[in-house]
Amino acid sequence: MAGIASKHLIRIEDLTVDEIYSVLENAATFKEINTRTIKKLPTLRGRTIINMFLEPSTRTRSSFELAEKRLSADSLNFSASSSATVKGESLLDTAETFDAMKIDMVIVRHRYGGSPWILAEAMDAHIINGGDGIHQHPTQTLLDLFTIQEAKGRIAGLTVGIVGDIYHSRVAGSLAPALKMMGARPICIAPPSYQPDVPEALGAEVSHSLDEALPDLDVVYLLRIQGERAQGLSVPSLREYATVYGMNQWRMDNLMKPDAIIMHPGPMNRGVEITPEVIADSRSLVLDQVNAGVAVRMAVMYQMLGGEGDVATAAR
Amino acid sequence: MSRLQPAKGKLLLKGARCVDPQAGLDVLADILITDGSIAAVDTAIDAPDAEILEVGGRVVVPGPVDLHVHLREPGQEYKETIESGTRAAAHGGWTGVGVMANTHPVVDDGAQVRSVLNKADATGLVRVYVYGALTRGLRGEQLAEMADMVAAGAVGFSDDGHGIQNPLMMRRALQYALVFDKVVLAHAEDEKLADGGVVNEGLVSTRLGLPGQPALAEELAVRRDIALARLTGARLHICHVSTAGAVAAIREAKAAGDVAVTAEATPHHLFLNEDALDVRYNTNLKMAPPLRSEADRVAVLEAFLDGTIDALASDHAPHAPQEKELEFELAQFGTVGLETALPLVLGELVAAERLSWSDFVQRVAVAPRRILGLEPVSLAAGSVADLTVFDPAAKTKVTKDWLVGKSKNSAFLGWGVRGLATEVIVGGQRVLKEGCVVV
Repeated sequence: MAGIASKHLIRIEDLTVDEIYSVLENAATFKEINTRTIKKLPTLRGRTIINMFLEPSTRTRSSFELAEKRLSADSLNFSASSSATVKGESLLDTAETFDAMKIDMVIVRHRYGGSPWILAEAMDAHIINGGDGIHQHPTQTLLDLFTIQEAKGRIAGLTVGIVGDIYHSRVAGSLAPALKMMGARPICIAPPSYQPDVPEALGAEVSHSLDEALPDLDVVYLLRIQGERAQGLSVPSLREYATVYGMNQWRMDNLMKPDAIIMHPGPMNRGVEITPEVIADSRSLVLDQVNAGVAVRMAVMYQMLGGEGDVATAAR
Repeated sequence: MSRLQPAKGKLLLKGARCVDPQAGLDVLADILITDGSIAAVDTAIDAPDAEILEVGGRVVVPGPVDLHVHLREPGQEYKETIESGTRAAAHGGWTGVGVMANTHPVVDDGAQVRSVLNKADATGLVRVYVYGALTRGLRGEQLAEMADMVAAGAVGFSDDGHGIQNPLMMRRALQYALVFDKVVLAHAEDEKLADGGVVNEGLVSTRLGLPGQPALAEELAVRRDIALARLTGARLHICHVSTAGAVAAIREAKAAGDVAVTAEATPHHLFLNEDALDVRYNTNLKMAPPLRSEADRVAVLEAFLDGTIDALASDHAPHAPQEKELEFELAQFGTVGLETALPLVLGELVAAERLSWSDFVQRVAVAPRRILGLEPVSLAAGSVADLTVFDPAAKTKVTKDWLVGKSKNSAFLGWGVRGLATEVIVGGQRVLKEGCVVV
C-alpha cells in the first residue's frame, strides 16, 4: 500500500503529486466497494477518529463519517463554537484534552485559517484539515481531482476556470495549487474584489470575464456565492453577479466547449452561480463529486493510518 | 519612598569608550558621577573616595529612551507591570521608557497620569515618561483633558492601539496639543481600508489563508496625518513605520521642511518580513502594523540608517500565553521588545558597520529625548547621569529564560544577538550590574 509521508493533511501541498495519484487510485477501488450491498471493510478496526467540526458543515462531515464507518473506525463527533471566548475553552486545551484520550486521527473544520496546526502541534494524532477559514480544504480538492480525472481521463493539460468569490474560498485555496502541481492550468475568474490578494501565489492566472475565459475551459468550477458577501461592497447584488458570472443555459450552449464539465463544491445557490438547467445537464458532475467524496476520504484515512493489507486485497 | 533616587556619593567609570555625538565624543575616558550627575569626563580621573566601575573599553552612551512601550499597568498586570516592565527595560539597556495610554482604565485624565507616575516612582527601575490619551477612552470621539494631564506630568499624547479614524477629530487633537507644545504620537492605520486584516496583504496572506491588510492602509493614514500636521502646525510623530509608502511620505514631508514630523521604527519591522510567517502560524509574529514585504523592510531600514526615521522604538507589547496560544486570527497583536531592541540593532547594524556608534546614539538616546522635549542627556559635566554601558562582544540567545519581563511573546525567540547592556545607570544609581538587574 502506498502511504503518505506527511503526518498531517493540512495543506494540499502536504502531498506529493505521486501521493495524490495514489489516493485517486485507491479511491477508485473504494468507490467500487461503495456500490456493493455490504460496504463495510475492517481496515481501520480499532482506530479512533474524532470529527471536530467547529463550524457548521453537513456534507463534509457526513462524508467523513460515512468513510469512517465504512472503514470500521470508531469515531465520535465533537462540535462547538470555534470562538474560544464563546466556548470558554481554548482550542489548545481541547486538543490536549483529546490527546490525553489517545486518538489516532482528528478531522477538523474551523472558522480560522491555520487552526489545524494548533491541533497538529499539541496532539500525537494525525490531523486532516476539513476546511479552515479562507485557507484550504484539501480533501475537497482530492475529490475534485478524482472527479475531473474520471470524467476527462486526465488532469494534466486541462484548463480549469474557478469562478466566484475566490478570496473567501478555502476550496479554491486548495484546488488552484493542486491543479498547478498536477500540470493543469487554473484560472481564477472573478471581479478583482473576489480575487485572492495574490492569485499567482496559488499558481493561478486571472480573468475578470467568464465570457472571455469560458471557450478555453475544460472544467468550469463554480463556487458558492454567499449572500452576505454580495451586498454591495464586493459585488452590487446577487442578481448582477448571476448576470455576469453565473453559469446558465446560454453560456453552456454558446460559449462552453461541448465536452467541458461543470463542477460545484456545494451547497449551490440555484439561480445565482448556477441555474437549474445547468445543474440538470449531464455535464454537471455535482453529485459525482459528492459520491467521490466518501471514496476519496476513505483512501486518505486508509493511507494515512496505514490500514491492514492493501486495498486490492481488502476489496476481494 | 522613591525607588530611583539621585545616588549620593561618587561613582567612577574607568576606561570607557565614551560615544556622544552631542558632545562630539568618541574617546577613551573616565566618567566621574557625583550625586547623580556627571561631574567630569576626562582621561585618568583620580577620585580616591569614589566607587570604581572598570569599564575596560566597553562603550558608554547617554541612556537610551524607548519611545513606545506598553507596560499594561493599571489593569492588565498579568501581562506586565511597571515594575516588571522597567526591569525588562533595564535588562535591555534603556534608562527610560515612554508608556502608552491604552491601559485599563485608559490614561486620559490627570489623575491617571499621576497614578502611573506615582507607581513608577515607587516601583520603577528606569524613568517612566507618560503619554496621555488624545481622546477620552481612546474612542476617537471627544478630546481628552490635556491640560489636566500636562499639569500631572504627561510628556506627549497618543491614541496608540488605534489610529484616530475621523480626520476632523485628528485635526482637533493636533490643534489642541499645540497649546501645550506636546508631541502627538500617531498610530497611522486606516481601519476601513485595513478591513480587519491580521497580516500584510500579499503572497503570505494568500498562501496562509489569512485576511490581509494593504500597505496603503498605513501610507494613507500617514499622509493624512502629515497633511493635518502641516495644516495645524502641530508636532507629529509617526509610530512604528512599516511600509515603503509611509517612508516616502515622511521623506517628502521632511524634504519640504514645512511640517514638524518625526518617526520611529521597531526592530521587528527592521529585521523581519512577512516571510517569517510560515505554515506554523507563529502568533508571536502577529503585530500591528503587520510584518511587511521584504521591499518594505528594506525601505524602513534604509530610512532608519539615513535618519529619515529618527528613532528606534520597541513597541513592547506583552501578552500572556493564553492570549497568544490561539488561532492566529484570535491571538492578540504584539511582541515584547524592550530586551531585544538594542542588542538587535547593535548586532545587526552597528557590528555590521551599517550604523555608526554615533548614529546609534542619535537614534536611541538623542532623538527620543528631542521628540518628547526632554532635557538632553549628554556625556558631559553637569548632565544628569543616565547612561548605559554596552559590551559589543557579549552574546546571548534569546530564550524565554533570558527574558526577565513578565511576558515572553517575543518575535525573536531563538535568535542569537550580539551587543548587550552590562550596566545601566539612572540618575547615578546602578540598576543593571554586570548584565543583571539590581533587585
